[in-house]
Amino acid sequence: MPSIGLTPIDWIIILIYFAFVIGIGVYLRKFTTSEEDFFLAGRKNSSWVAGLAFLSANLGALELLGMTGNTFKYGMYVAHFYWIGAIPAMLFLGIYMMPFYYSSKIKSIPGYLKLRFDEKTRVLNGISFAIMTLLVSGINLYAMALVLHTFLGWNWDISMWASAVTVAVYVTLSGLMSAIFTEIIQFFLIWFGLFLVSIMGIIEIGSIDQILNRLPESMNTLWSTSADPTQNGMLIHWSGIVLGLGFVLSFGYWTTDFLVVQRAFSAKDLRAARMTPILASFFKMALPFIVILAGLIAIALSNDPNSGFKLLEDGGQVNYDSALPMLIKRYYPSGLVGLGVTALLAGFMAGQAGNISAFNTVWTYDIYKSVLNKNASDKHLLWMGRVSTVVGVIVSLGTAYWAKSFPSIMDYMQAIFSWVNAPLFATMLLGMFIWWITPNGAFWGLITGMLSSFLMYMGVKFHWFNESIITMSSVQSDMAANFWRAWWAWLICAVVTVVISLFTKKKPKEELVGLVKGLTEEKYDEHLPFVKKPEFVAIISLIVLVILNIIFW
Amino acid sequence: MTVKGMKPIWYFVGLILLIMGGIIFLTGIYYLLNPSARFTVLSETHPNIWWGAIMILFGGILYIKNRKVTIS
Repeated sequence: MPSIGLTPIDWIIILIYFAFVIGIGVYLRKFTTSEEDFFLAGRKNSSWVAGLAFLSANLGALELLGMTGNTFKYGMYVAHFYWIGAIPAMLFLGIYMMPFYYSSKIKSIPGYLKLRFDEKTRVLNGISFAIMTLLVSGINLYAMALVLHTFLGWNWDISMWASAVTVAVYVTLSGLMSAIFTEIIQFFLIWFGLFLVSIMGIIEIGSIDQILNRLPESMNTLWSTSADPTQNGMLIHWSGIVLGLGFVLSFGYWTTDFLVVQRAFSAKDLRAARMTPILASFFKMALPFIVILAGLIAIALSNDPNSGFKLLEDGGQVNYDSALPMLIKRYYPSGLVGLGVTALLAGFMAGQAGNISAFNTVWTYDIYKSVLNKNASDKHLLWMGRVSTVVGVIVSLGTAYWAKSFPSIMDYMQAIFSWVNAPLFATMLLGMFIWWITPNGAFWGLITGMLSSFLMYMGVKFHWFNESIITMSSVQSDMAANFWRAWWAWLICAVVTVVISLFTKKKPKEELVGLVKGLTEEKYDEHLPFVKKPEFVAIISLIVLVILNIIFW
Repeated sequence: MTVKGMKPIWYFVGLILLIMGGIIFLTGIYYLLNPSARFTVLSETHPNIWWGAIMILFGGILYIKNRKVTIS
């Protein structure tokens, strides 16, 4: 298979990046003296720092390559992941949920479950999150090694170990602090390294309108073909997008996944914490101008026989994930190729560092201190954080080799999210907004939701029943099935939680002050003029979201 | 962010963009003087030069603004 050739200049740029991130880890080591420095980066970040890190932690391997590849496969519908599938949830987190998270001084999401419900719900979520994080982390590593091997011809093992060791070094040295520092550097490298692909594509083809005009209608709109699943590339009805992606998967991920929410916990005060996801929403909305636009450019060029552009093929199958690397190869001369490859590496390592820093916190506080060593000192917890970082990376390497044996990692990854995050969102939403939801209701609802999602996945995979029962449509794609499965898992968890709560012992209201809406005094930023309040910035974000959806309707 | 004497994150962002932008810009100058060195689509627009210059400008502003800043 042909690979992108690297010149010495490209190698120099890649090596500068590796040296830089390790150097930052060493530099920050002397400033990391307490467990709060290690796990929460000292709780002194501005909303800009926390906001960019919040977004970068989500910019993993599958985000950059997978979403560009998915655009090639499904068309512009993939932009829903960035707009309706992210922005409302991020704003909801900032406006309504963050005050409860931040003010309760918790160190993790399972920590909130302990305060709101009980220890068993916390441990259940802590264990499922830790397992999910290590699996996703391994898949992230595997995907990165696969890309470096396929497109650059690098040795599979060496590329995986080199990146894993680099992440282990800088996260072990200074924990969340160096993870956040490098995530922000990675954010800028991703923009400078990959946005040029879209610019060059527009220059070559003429304009965004001309790119869209070269695509079939099923590929070049967001909503206008969504009333009939047979008319759009994703084979999904708009209700599946709104309920499955826009509501359950999106809110489940952005409001409860500790990987991203941890960055907001590092903010210096409540206002900065609330602004964190709101500021990040603007950058999230801009990302389609890298990944979606590049995917659309790749379709337009592939449809033109004179362009000489085509994706790689593996054993007769088109490799959709090769869209972005093939565009880099097409447009980037030496030097820029090094920057483009560095941007991809930065994305991989930002995602990896995010997973590992979230894992070491949940392991240390919600499993180790909660179950195994309740009297551990702060110094011991700092040591445990460093040890669990190294162990987490080693386990990730193991899961990466395991993931190698799976034919479709994207399918596997989406399934994991719908098992853990979708039902958890029902538990969090009910627990945060309804005071009479009980600890037993939450625990059994969460277990039932997770199991039902798992069984739906296995049932379809092993043909126990037809997928159309879940999607309520005679036609569907894998992505449509993921959206609908998430919706049903959320609904089952919510119904079971409510029903069991009606018949089990409730927590006294006075124990829930500061944790549940309606029992908590909510007076935030009252001294600020309206234009400086998070609510105002969130309204601006919402307006931009509506405008983008209308433009590309 | 955070402890006494620490350089702000924007200093490091500026520094790495400045270094990488400088290398890419100089590579572009080399290609301008040796046009046959490597051919890519739209290479006649010399993307190394203008993209490298944008990186130098952006990185340089961040670097200079934060060069003497430490955070306590």
